[in-house]
Amino acid sequence: MTAPILSLRNVNKSFGPIDVLHDINIDLRAGEVLCLLGDNGAGKSTVIRLLSGVHKPSSGEILMDGKPVTFASPRDASEHGIATVHQFGGTFPLMSIGRSFFVGVEPTKGWGPFKVYDRKKANAIAVKAVREFGITRIEDGDRLVGGLSGGERQSLAIARAVHFGARVLILDEPTAALGVKQATHVLRIVNEAKRRGLAVIFITHQVMHAMAVGDHFAVLIRGAVAADFKKGEKTREEITDLMAGGASMASLEAEIEGYMASHDGHPPPVAAH
Amino acid sequence: MIRNSSVGGLLRRPEAGAFLGLVAVLLFFAVFGGLTFLKPAGMSSWLNVAANLGIIAIPVGLLMIAGELDISVGAMVPFGAMTTAVISGHYGLPIWLGIAVALGFGVLVGLINGYMVIRTAVPSLIVTLGSLFAVQGIVLGLTVLITKSTSVALTVEGPAKAVFGDFILGGQLQTSVGWWLAFTACYIFFVHFSRYGNWIFAMGGDKVSARNAGIPTDRMTILLFVLSSTSASFVGMSQAILYNSAQVAGGQSFIFNAIISVVVGGVLLTGGFGSVVGIFFGTITFAIVNQGIYYTDFDRNWSSLIIGVLLLGAVLMNNTFRKMALSYAPKKGAK
Repeated sequence: MTAPILSLRNVNKSFGPIDVLHDINIDLRAGEVLCLLGDNGAGKSTVIRLLSGVHKPSSGEILMDGKPVTFASPRDASEHGIATVHQFGGTFPLMSIGRSFFVGVEPTKGWGPFKVYDRKKANAIAVKAVREFGITRIEDGDRLVGGLSGGERQSLAIARAVHFGARVLILDEPTAALGVKQATHVLRIVNEAKRRGLAVIFITHQVMHAMAVGDHFAVLIRGAVAADFKKGEKTREEITDLMAGGASMASLEAEIEGYMASHDGHPPPVAAH
Repeated sequence: MIRNSSVGGLLRRPEAGAFLGLVAVLLFFAVFGGLTFLKPAGMSSWLNVAANLGIIAIPVGLLMIAGELDISVGAMVPFGAMTTAVISGHYGLPIWLGIAVALGFGVLVGLINGYMVIRTAVPSLIVTLGSLFAVQGIVLGLTVLITKSTSVALTVEGPAKAVFGDFILGGQLQTSVGWWLAFTACYIFFVHFSRYGNWIFAMGGDKVSARNAGIPTDRMTILLFVLSSTSASFVGMSQAILYNSAQVAGGQSFIFNAIISVVVGGVLLTGGFGSVVGIFFGTITFAIVNQGIYYTDFDRNWSSLIIGVLLLGAVLMNNTFRKMALSYAPKKGAK
């Protein structure tokens, strides 16, 4: 097994008196998709915010290539190669594809104070990058981003992250607002990102989507990793049950609460596979 | 910039509505007032209004594209005028000092506005509403304290007069028209050709994403506030030199007039969309309505009605064009 790119080691996070995450251990490897599952309020968003530099852990550490790192800001995290793509793509609806693709790193031509934005080059690179991800409907870099479908906007955001050298891709419910066909688009792009050797964290509520791309699954319950398993180790029914809060989730939850009550609030260790 | 020469391509540009509004207004006044307002005397009347307004409207519009608003310009015009008049008229110091201090105060107020907006989460409308009143108070208080009057005379001759506040080309056009055209050209380059324009649009589209993409959003916000308040101070200064006097009141009309010009010019009130050329057309449209009424048989009192209808019409038209721009996709295979 390859060494993880990004790891969380015994990470805790509290906001004032409220403990949100307990002893989280997660590994992310290149070319692997980790599906982060869990109900609303289980702490998925907090995990993402730690990884993308919005929050810092209260204790524990984040390791990148085995070395401890702290992210001062989301910008700092993205300089380390961690790109977060939110539900709506995080792009600018009223800007053209070329312009939004190169926001902050616009290509220019000319000299001295008369450097002008190179629209042709920006459009050509942006369109090529998106098309390489299989979105062949995009041909014109002058189109406004807001005119693209939800799936196309996600794809644009992912293509942008990959183009600018992201190694870790955090996808926060990318398929939540999409129809079946659009979601398939996005899943295909997740697979393409995986094929290119990126480590992907994929957050979703839809089991089918998780099963389609996931190599590795972590279930969060009440801020702790309640289950950690690989593809094929659990059936779809079991995963659905875990995600939907069915019988096995209820028993897990009771188990964790019991354990935490008798162990100073520490969650039980998760069996390594 | 969307460069598309077809009719549809032109209509999808932010300035499309402003251009059509301008044509409509030109036709309206051509029918009801004859072509007098297009003859040199008539033209200079609305060009002078457009120039003074336009110098302020463009930076105010850029702030709006970036998702902010600056209404303190209404106080910066008399502040700039009064600073110049007190320093160079009341105290009789060199005019260049008066100009420098007036513009310096513009930079200072802009820095304060910008800093407060980025440091606090208070919307810029409220911040600049505060500075609008604060600066008005300073102008009135200090002027009365220093000069015991609310109006200060000033005599300027020589190059400063020729450059900033004189009549040119036959004696009816103000020098500010030249400044307005020069500033507009600079802004067009800055916003639509240099890479920095892209930053302004991104900030108005989604400030958090823009910051995460590496755009110095704080510095850009402060820069834009400095531009708008310094521009307002510039207009006040040049008017004081032109008319050889400065009053503490006046200037408030610039607040609404600038916003109307900007919105008629196709800038989205919530940011992220617009163009300098659009604001330029919007300003001319406003100025023609404002002045054109004198060339018709209508009572002057009706001009606000026309401006109100124009504003609503322009906003509706701009909404339509923006939707067209959003839904635009080239036909399959058509390249």
